[in-house]
Amino acid sequence: MIRAIVLIFAALLAVPALAQDTMPPAPYAYNQLEDPRLEAEAAALMGTLRCLKCQSQSIADSDAPMAGDMRHQVRTRILAGESPEHIRAWLIARYGDYVSYNPTISASTWPLFAVPVLLILIVAAVLLRRLGKHRGDESGAA
Amino acid sequence: MRGRLFLWVPLALFAFIAGVAGYMLTQEKDEFVESAMIGQPLPDFALKPAFVGLPGAARSDLVGGKPRLLNIWASWCLPCIAEAPQLEALQAQGVEIVGIAIRDRPEDVASFLTRYGNPYSRIGADDISEVQLAIGSSGVPETFVIDAAGVIRYQHIGDIRPEHVPGLLAELEKAK
Repeated sequence: MIRAIVLIFAALLAVPALAQDTMPPAPYAYNQLEDPRLEAEAAALMGTLRCLKCQSQSIADSDAPMAGDMRHQVRTRILAGESPEHIRAWLIARYGDYVSYNPTISASTWPLFAVPVLLILIVAAVLLRRLGKHRGDESGAA
Repeated sequence: MRGRLFLWVPLALFAFIAGVAGYMLTQEKDEFVESAMIGQPLPDFALKPAFVGLPGAARSDLVGGKPRLLNIWASWCLPCIAEAPQLEALQAQGVEIVGIAIRDRPEDVASFLTRYGNPYSRIGADDISEVQLAIGSSGVPETFVIDAAGVIRYQHIGDIRPEHVPGLLAELEKAK
């Protein structure tokens, strides 16, 4: 009986196949910077960087070890005096625009910005024509 | 009549977009994030040995003479076990492979190499993924071809399967 209980507990404790490391997180993965102003800068940036292991989360939201290592990079670089946009550029140079949640106008993203402007222009043109015509009719009738 | 046809345009547009969305749903999603560092010089780094058996790895170990492979791996990574025989095959063909062990413990590195073979000339320990981030790698395993001038020439994402070996050898040849 006792053996059975022990076996059941052993089964419950069984660790699934290793999929992640067991190393402690990087120093600044879960520790904030002392200076609240710098920490605010880092936090704002981390909220707009994509976690590469869990691609729908920002590195601020993710508990993946790699996201922790990325937070460490962000905080140590902020502490060393780098600007947030400089750090973002550093990551984009390594992973492409994909790593940033902050959209920028580039060769592949310009249609995203151009299409709404184009649509507004078309709507404005149609409205002007219609309203203008109306007014023309009215003045013609008067 | 022309006006009537024009009315169908929004519906056609909607059908087109719905069609594209439907088609994309059936496509396999590519989760790989490619490095943007291909064609760029390997960033400077110097890592301590990952265990006592082999020296650590620095940028200077990957530059000069011939192209080499830079293998990003970890003892806790299951696909790394799958690619171990292919790394050994590459090494047997005279390819120098420098390893970087991500977030790994010396004893785990040692026991992995005893169990699955050691194709590496040196292994650096990257405890906080700093070199991994610096070269635009987003997971383990990944393998980079570094040419003699220290320029990153090619990236293989995921484990190296037997069918990938000729391609990697060709990339190494191209990097000469």
